[in-house]
Amino acid sequence: MARITLSNLAHSYRPDPVSDADWALKELNLEWDDGGAYALLGPSGCGKTTLLNIISGLLTPTHGSVHFGDEDVTQLPTEKRHIAQVFQFPVVYDTMTVYDNLAFPLRNRHVDEATVRAKVAEIAEMTDLTSMLDRRASGLTADGKQKISLGRGLVRTDVNAILFDEPLTVIDPHLKFQLRSKLKELHNRIANTMIYVTHDQTEALTFADKVVVMNVGEVVQIGTPEELFETPQHVFVGHFIGSPGMNVIPCDVKDGAAFIDGVRVATANEADAAVTKGELGVRPEFVTFSDDGLEAKVVKVSDAGRFSIVETVCHGKPVKLVAPEGAPIPSETTRIAFKPDNTRIYVDGWLAGARGAA
Amino acid sequence: MTLELRNVSKRVAGDDWIYPIDLVLESGRFNMLLGTTLAGKTTLMHLMAGLEKPTEGEIWFKGADVTGVPVQARNVSMVYQQFINYPNMSVFDNIASPLRVAGESRDEIKRRVGEMAELLRISAMLDRRPSELSGGQQQRTAMARALVKDSELILLDEPLANLDFKLREELRDELPRIFANRDCVIVYATTEPSEALLLGGFTAALDKGRLVDSGPTGSIYRHPANITSARVFSEPPMNTARVTKSGGRVTWTDGVSWPAGGDLPDGDYTFGIRPHYVLPFRKNENAVPIEGQIVVAELSGSESMVHFEVFGNDWVSLSHGVHPFETGATATLYAEPEHGMYFDADGRLVGATGLAG
Amino acid sequence: MNKTVNHKAWFFVLPVLLLVAFNAIVPLITVVNYSVQETFGDNVFFWSGITWFEDVLQSPRFHAALGRQLAFTFTILVIEVPLGVAIALAMPRKGIWVSVCLVLMAMPLLIPWNVVGAMWNIFALPEIGLLGKTLNSLGFDYNYTRQPGAAWFTLVMMDVWHWTSLVVLLAYAGLVSIPDAYYQAARIDGASPFAIFRYIQLPKMKRVLTIAILLRFMDSFNIYTEPSVLTGGGPGNSTTLLSIDLVKIALGQFDLGPAAAMSLVYFLVILLMSWIFYTLMTRNEEN
Repeated sequence: MARITLSNLAHSYRPDPVSDADWALKELNLEWDDGGAYALLGPSGCGKTTLLNIISGLLTPTHGSVHFGDEDVTQLPTEKRHIAQVFQFPVVYDTMTVYDNLAFPLRNRHVDEATVRAKVAEIAEMTDLTSMLDRRASGLTADGKQKISLGRGLVRTDVNAILFDEPLTVIDPHLKFQLRSKLKELHNRIANTMIYVTHDQTEALTFADKVVVMNVGEVVQIGTPEELFETPQHVFVGHFIGSPGMNVIPCDVKDGAAFIDGVRVATANEADAAVTKGELGVRPEFVTFSDDGLEAKVVKVSDAGRFSIVETVCHGKPVKLVAPEGAPIPSETTRIAFKPDNTRIYVDGWLAGARGAA
Repeated sequence: MTLELRNVSKRVAGDDWIYPIDLVLESGRFNMLLGTTLAGKTTLMHLMAGLEKPTEGEIWFKGADVTGVPVQARNVSMVYQQFINYPNMSVFDNIASPLRVAGESRDEIKRRVGEMAELLRISAMLDRRPSELSGGQQQRTAMARALVKDSELILLDEPLANLDFKLREELRDELPRIFANRDCVIVYATTEPSEALLLGGFTAALDKGRLVDSGPTGSIYRHPANITSARVFSEPPMNTARVTKSGGRVTWTDGVSWPAGGDLPDGDYTFGIRPHYVLPFRKNENAVPIEGQIVVAELSGSESMVHFEVFGNDWVSLSHGVHPFETGATATLYAEPEHGMYFDADGRLVGATGLAG
Repeated sequence: MNKTVNHKAWFFVLPVLLLVAFNAIVPLITVVNYSVQETFGDNVFFWSGITWFEDVLQSPRFHAALGRQLAFTFTILVIEVPLGVAIALAMPRKGIWVSVCLVLMAMPLLIPWNVVGAMWNIFALPEIGLLGKTLNSLGFDYNYTRQPGAAWFTLVMMDVWHWTSLVVLLAYAGLVSIPDAYYQAARIDGASPFAIFRYIQLPKMKRVLTIAILLRFMDSFNIYTEPSVLTGGGPGNSTTLLSIDLVKIALGQFDLGPAAAMSLVYFLVILLMSWIFYTLMTRNEEN
């Protein structure tokens, strides 16, 4: 086990990257603590798989380095990095029993059979595979096979990190929850460094203590699930995390304060005095009907069961809000207000006063 | 326009895939088939399309018996979970293919493909191959192909299931607009209750080949006919408990009871309450505190879903916002029984004191 | 799932049915007809019952030919299957060399069978053939027209040259269909190259190898053209395989009855052995 450090890491699939768009992964620095649970979250093509492949050693980065503990592993091949990986599609050795599958990594490392037996029994118990040890691995369902893949990583004692590449893709929807909780539970028990790549916010936020949100090859925010929900550092994070996503409303900025059609909107942050145009970011949860708010017109109401999603047009801009189940929804023209503590100004996409506005 | 199933059943090699079903599906709304995998949604759609013949029963469409009329003799379109397009044709040719089969003129094809591409927001991609598109765009192409030929019956079999979370949300938001003003019967299969709710219309809840409930979506959700329907239509799963009603109170177990509302006769019931009325904090004066142990907490981005063990039952609490929870810790849940439902020994709904649908 | 019944579909099958009727069923009936009758020419037939079958099954000549046939088939399978798999494993999976290798591999399969026989006939001639002359100049006494051992060696070599490609192409198709994740997982698990072969590649190639073995079995059991061109069954009867013997009896001696009986027995042997092969090889998959 070891801390993972990525320094000045960047990757391009082109031999001579020139423009920004040539980089699949833009320069980043990251430090992951030993035993932490991390997630790489982002839409397809955001560079998360590239990053994972660099960590696992399938790709050598164009520049920068990867350290496991104090060791520079940038040039080391996969098999020398002491990592385990669970792939999108289950990988099991079809002709072997579940037991032999779990024992395989140990036998390859010439561990004596008594230790193998003890270790396999322990891991099988953890992954709920004990009753299937004698079965052929090929006969198991997708979730069983994914448990075997994971188990093959867990039996080893030399593992620096366990990597998950969208591991729930082929799992039946109603079984996903079980496997998700199982992973969480296993991490609590084993405290191995685990890195989980996904496009699914629930998977990422449930699993990880810290989530790395990526978009077009760039890390846009690293934070706890709470931070990502409460204070998105970039409008992309606000939009991507949460359902429905954050409202992003174009606004004028004067002396650091936000205005919509000349009406001042109270916000939690201030923009730089030189800024004249920006965006207001406010989650639909923090928009309410209020007599002293901005004028808006209700255009659509969708019943989501436990709440309704109300789409309004406020000064020509679409704004969504979430109303509790059963709450009265005004028809046509009304007024809406944004909760000041949860309304923020963004400039060029970045939270004003934070990194991007500088 | 109406599609009607009259006592339709399907048996394959001695196994009942679909138990006899009566169902009337109208045009001008989303007709949702809701159920888990293997509930029989796809089989039912194949029967509707004429890809398969029912073992018994009749299928009527627009007032005519179409049982046994094969799919090619009917005006039907299908959209699948997998993005099915012709890989070596451009997006334009993909969308145009049903029109070419129908022998439409060149100008007519151009006009209608253009219209469809506009509607599905893929006008800029008409010259590309499907493999050069994102998943969302591929599915938009497949939908455009299904819509372009003015079918009278459009079947969508979990069309959003293979899309990334955000793309799914995006396309789902657009679906009502895409299907607006179409004179056809739309049938839409999904495993997700939230999808059924947001698309609204009419819902038929399926479980293991049986139709367990049907009606306007909001009313099925709020007044399920039975506990199976309530379970099918609840994600995360509905919390249940065996309770006894006696006099003015409903008792679950020692120390956990609440005043009984309505005119429920005394007796034993299964009490069901949706997870968003079981909160990890007190919001409502009448809430009933229940001690439980946290099993795992799932965070969806804007909501927290916490699984508890309560008196040997698995209960889920769903609350707004993202809160940290410590696995294994003891915590108090606050249930709001006035939003609960009571089911009798046969699983039938006998009392719902919650919100009117 | 049962599909909608549409009787028009039968029209599409009709041409094939007709073709099969003329191609297989009519000749088969003719053969059955011959096998139970005696003829002395002039289209005069006498009923002979199962006499021919008894004769064939008891004939030492048939036993010998069958033995040679089994030995031949066994030998080429033992060589071609492992060799084919080995070549497939050695072939590149990516890049421009893939198509070059595939074309090279397909080449022997494109050559007409009698040409293959003729090529090897010349190639192996001890006086002028490249193979024959080289072997002799290296000090081996090699002459396939006189020595049964040399004839067998040449025959097997020719078949290996001609047909190993088929195994290679099938095995290669099986190999490239294995997702990269399997190899990555194996590397992560610390598997040796042999373990990768044994637990990933071989199991994933099993289906195509089953087909390859079946095809090679049936084809080699039926083989006629090449050995007939190469050795004509000689020297003596040393390379007289079943098919060559059959032709000798039928066309050489014009014993139509025994030949017909023999071909039926021959046919049943192939059918039976293919069935046994197939059952054995697919049995594991089912449980």
